[in-house]
Amino acid sequence: MENVIEEKMEHPLVEFWGQFSQNKGAVFGLAIIVLFSFLALFAPLIAPFDPTNIDPTNLRVPPIFSSGGAPQYFFGTDDVGRDILSRLIYGAQISMLIGFFVVVISASIGTFLGLVSGYYGGKVDRLVMRFIDILMAFPSILLAIVVVSVMGPGISNAVIAVAIVAIPGFTRIVRASVMAEKKKQYVMASKTFGAGSFRIMFSEILPNCMAPLIVQGTLGFSDGILNAAALGFLGLGAQAPTPEWGIMLADARPFIESSPWMVTLPGLCILLVVLGFNLFGDGLRDALDPRLKR
Amino acid sequence: MLKFILKKFLDLIPTLVGISILSFVLIRLIPGDPIMLKLGERGADPAVYAEMKRQMGLDLPIYEQYFIFVKNALQGDLGRSIVSNISVTEEFFSRFPATIELGMTALFIAILIGVPLGILAAVKRNSFYDYFLMGGSLVGYSMPIFWWGLILILFFSVTLGITPVSGRIGIMFDVEVVTGFMLIDTLLPVNLRNEGIGPFLSVLSHLILPSIAMGTIPLAVMARMTRSSMLEVLGEDYIRTAKAKGLPIRKIIGVHALRNALIPIVTVIGLMFGSIITGAILTETIFSWPGIGKWLVTSINARDYNVIQGGILFIATMIVLINLVVDLIYAIVNPKMR
Repeated sequence: MENVIEEKMEHPLVEFWGQFSQNKGAVFGLAIIVLFSFLALFAPLIAPFDPTNIDPTNLRVPPIFSSGGAPQYFFGTDDVGRDILSRLIYGAQISMLIGFFVVVISASIGTFLGLVSGYYGGKVDRLVMRFIDILMAFPSILLAIVVVSVMGPGISNAVIAVAIVAIPGFTRIVRASVMAEKKKQYVMASKTFGAGSFRIMFSEILPNCMAPLIVQGTLGFSDGILNAAALGFLGLGAQAPTPEWGIMLADARPFIESSPWMVTLPGLCILLVVLGFNLFGDGLRDALDPRLKR
Repeated sequence: MLKFILKKFLDLIPTLVGISILSFVLIRLIPGDPIMLKLGERGADPAVYAEMKRQMGLDLPIYEQYFIFVKNALQGDLGRSIVSNISVTEEFFSRFPATIELGMTALFIAILIGVPLGILAAVKRNSFYDYFLMGGSLVGYSMPIFWWGLILILFFSVTLGITPVSGRIGIMFDVEVVTGFMLIDTLLPVNLRNEGIGPFLSVLSHLILPSIAMGTIPLAVMARMTRSSMLEVLGEDYIRTAKAKGLPIRKIIGVHALRNALIPIVTVIGLMFGSIITGAILTETIFSWPGIGKWLVTSINARDYNVIQGGILFIATMIVLINLVVDLIYAIVNPKMR
């Protein structure tokens, strides 16, 4: 008898993995994320060259698999003779960091606003939601562009701009969960025990809102990376010679006819990483949201 | 219903005030002196500088500047572009048709392809088609469109040489602009008589790549939305009844299911305006499309205060109004929302 009961009581993580791994797309997404995280973490060890190292004798060498390629440059070189493979690997580092900081900043501010707004309701709620409505009235890239032009171009300012744009998503999702949670009995119980508002919000309600928050965080990663790359492409994000994928694309534009690989590869990296996070996020939503369980 | 509409409109006022303050304040925070920009880098006589400042109203206290800005904006006057000295409203509306034309074509492509694909995926649920289409739509949804535009240029313009790289119409055509929508203008009798069908074809060939680039993300959203909306409807009792009655499947899906599945899809189309503008900023920059997006990016680089301020005010107000209309339509269709 005991064995039977034990078998049924799976660890939540095991149960989660069981659900999650059924979704092939999500597992593929996770694999992409793991691969690029690995590249990002060990970039100095993996990259064959320094990403800003210039080789004036080897300008715009095609990748190794097309005619005219040089054996030492796997993905070829760019217009000033830098190794594209190394730049892509270091680019992974930059994009992952950008995604990370965007999510941390926007999730902290957005979650706080959502908690306060959902918990207190009334005037506080109206004020916060008005602010969110105003933020949402501006198309994301436009708002990010204006914020960056106020603060000046650069990678950290681009992160802040993209994070500001991402705040409403977190606020709305947390607010909705808080409004559902705060009516439950455990909140009432902890109120009866004399717990303060902040204690109830942060240590009672918040842990119960984690599932949608984690999903939103994952999807926030992909939006953050995409928007930051767009800013880089427009010349408002990271600045040359930083090996950021968006700038690499912008730099490659004039050479689109003669050296198409310079355009193809950085964009492919952006697409892959963004796709990875979207696939993973979708899988997480299906696995974490009991309402959608098959 | 009237009360609901009134409440929605009253709700709008603080949002619009917030939008106007935000666009006003943000622009003033941009570093760089618009007067020096206008007078040139070498500097100017202090007297000229002061006169210029007075003329542009920049010597007044900031709150007074804001009230003047709002008062004028309500009368449709958003000041003049510091660079070109043309009224911002005029510049906006001279470029707006280009963006709308591009956006509408993109949306048209998205609906025309996205909705049928979504239906197909829903009907053939969990089949190879479904996985393939949904995988493909997630790739489309993740697409960095500034790169996608370049890839389209690389393939269709550089390699195949069948589409132009930038602009709205070939330079050899002299078309009289009436509506600002080139697809319409080139078909007007006056232009058809002078130039024939050539300009229209030229406009089409210029339009195709940017609208594919811009329509990709909406297409993906549309396909996914249609699929989930269709799946929900296909599980309803009345569909089972229709099947039991022996109605042909084609009719059940095409008429009974689709009609109800379209409600959320229409809402999504309405809410897509914001992402169309976002798409326009990137797409227009890549394809040198003379619309609002490119205009704003150029103005930001030129620190053209009035243009950025007026432009974002226009766009944000429009998005808020469109969302309101979508809300109202939704409330009419679905009385539970009121």
